[in-house]
Amino acid sequence: MAKITFITSDHQTIELEGDSGSVMELAVEHNVNGIDGDCGGVCSCATCHVHVRPEDMEKTGAASEIETDMLELDDNADAYSRLSCQIVISDAIDGVILTVAK
Amino acid sequence: MEKSALPDPFENARLKKGLGDLNDQNDPVKMILRHKDVRKTAHNYKTFQSEAKPGRIVVPSEVNIRETRQIPFELDPPVHGAYRALIEPWFKRPLQPEYTEKLSAQISALVDEVVQKDSFEVIEEFALVLQSRALTLLLNIPYEEAETWISWGTHVFRSEDTALDADKANILYDYIDGQIEVAMENPGEDLYSVLLASEVAGKRLTKEEVKGVMVLTFAGGRDTIINAVTNAIAYLSEHPESLERFRKEPEIIGKAVEEMIRYFSPLTQMGRVVTEDTQVCEHAMKADSRVSLCWASANRDASVFEKPNEIIIDRKMNPHVGFGFSHHNCLGASHARQIMKVLLATLAEKVDRIELFECKENIEDLAEFQRKVGYDYIHVKFNPIQ
Repeated sequence: MAKITFITSDHQTIELEGDSGSVMELAVEHNVNGIDGDCGGVCSCATCHVHVRPEDMEKTGAASEIETDMLELDDNADAYSRLSCQIVISDAIDGVILTVAK
Repeated sequence: MEKSALPDPFENARLKKGLGDLNDQNDPVKMILRHKDVRKTAHNYKTFQSEAKPGRIVVPSEVNIRETRQIPFELDPPVHGAYRALIEPWFKRPLQPEYTEKLSAQISALVDEVVQKDSFEVIEEFALVLQSRALTLLLNIPYEEAETWISWGTHVFRSEDTALDADKANILYDYIDGQIEVAMENPGEDLYSVLLASEVAGKRLTKEEVKGVMVLTFAGGRDTIINAVTNAIAYLSEHPESLERFRKEPEIIGKAVEEMIRYFSPLTQMGRVVTEDTQVCEHAMKADSRVSLCWASANRDASVFEKPNEIIIDRKMNPHVGFGFSHHNCLGASHARQIMKVLLATLAEKVDRIELFECKENIEDLAEFQRKVGYDYIHVKFNPIQ
């Protein structure tokens, strides 16, 4: 079971727990504001963009090439950006803090 | 080749030049064909604008048949953002469970109607009816109104004889003018009334602006949805194994919809007007010339998609641009996705096999390229699950 914390753009802190699926799916299921996941997780819409706390980057890993190409064209993206549909929930990411981009 | 296949006519030009040429009513269009270039250009609204003369970014151009600016489609940031933010929540209503339930009831009833028949024509008897009925949900107006739209036939702007038909466009514009008057006299909870009561930057939307949103809603979601629905049925007639998978693994339906949108690319392209001398794919472009973002070509780019000319029904990474890309991505995408998801789930539940009979392909004539977008007619039979 991994604990994942979301900080939304309206300054809410939401703590959720999950053990499978993607971070986007978990967020959508719990109506985390700013994570829409329009395309259902196939990396085509960028409506699940989060900024990973720098010290958590090791846990989440870096974005893949397809994901990076997508983020390059997002004006809010930085070195800590990920599309949360591409972060798989497992014990490895327990404790991560994600700031929702939108 | 399978009857349901949509070949990619752009491959050679995409690999060799990355560009295509289209002379559209003496206002030529340089078509951008590669995935990366299409996305970059779509994102760069300053150099490649949408806020040009109304109708000019559409290919074929509608400048001769329309003066109303479609909103927020023919605006650019920052003004675009204010209108988009106002309208977007309404267009996300398809994600609400009660909306999906109503849509599901509509599509279920329609499948039950046609499943009795020995043969039916998909576009007139199924896709147009489905699209029209579903639109009553998007606009939040009475179901009976769909009959009016069904009576208009399949194409709002296009007719069989000419690509652009001013008389047909006027049917739509006059109808919308009339509906706006009705909503002004008797405001309700429909989209017209909601827009008429809305403000952007402290100012009420004008009648012309409301009309601009409504024209976009009607025109953008008609041929596109009809082609997506029709192509899906043609595909499933030749791929019963996919219907079987939807039954056993309904969780792949979302991915299947994205893959179909990629492969079908219901909207071939969308234009932009160049605002300053620039380059596209190493080709010089002059200010005030036109380019197009060819979604259909980008969606078959082998540098991004493995086996681009195959429908891989559960494709996992699928950065397609079937709903456009960046600021102007499709406003109706949530509605369209929900329609397709419910359609696939309903067919899986009720239909064992689809038999394909006679059909005639609808080929878009793009001078250098001939692209199949769907069918003029296609006759099928749904064999029900016993």
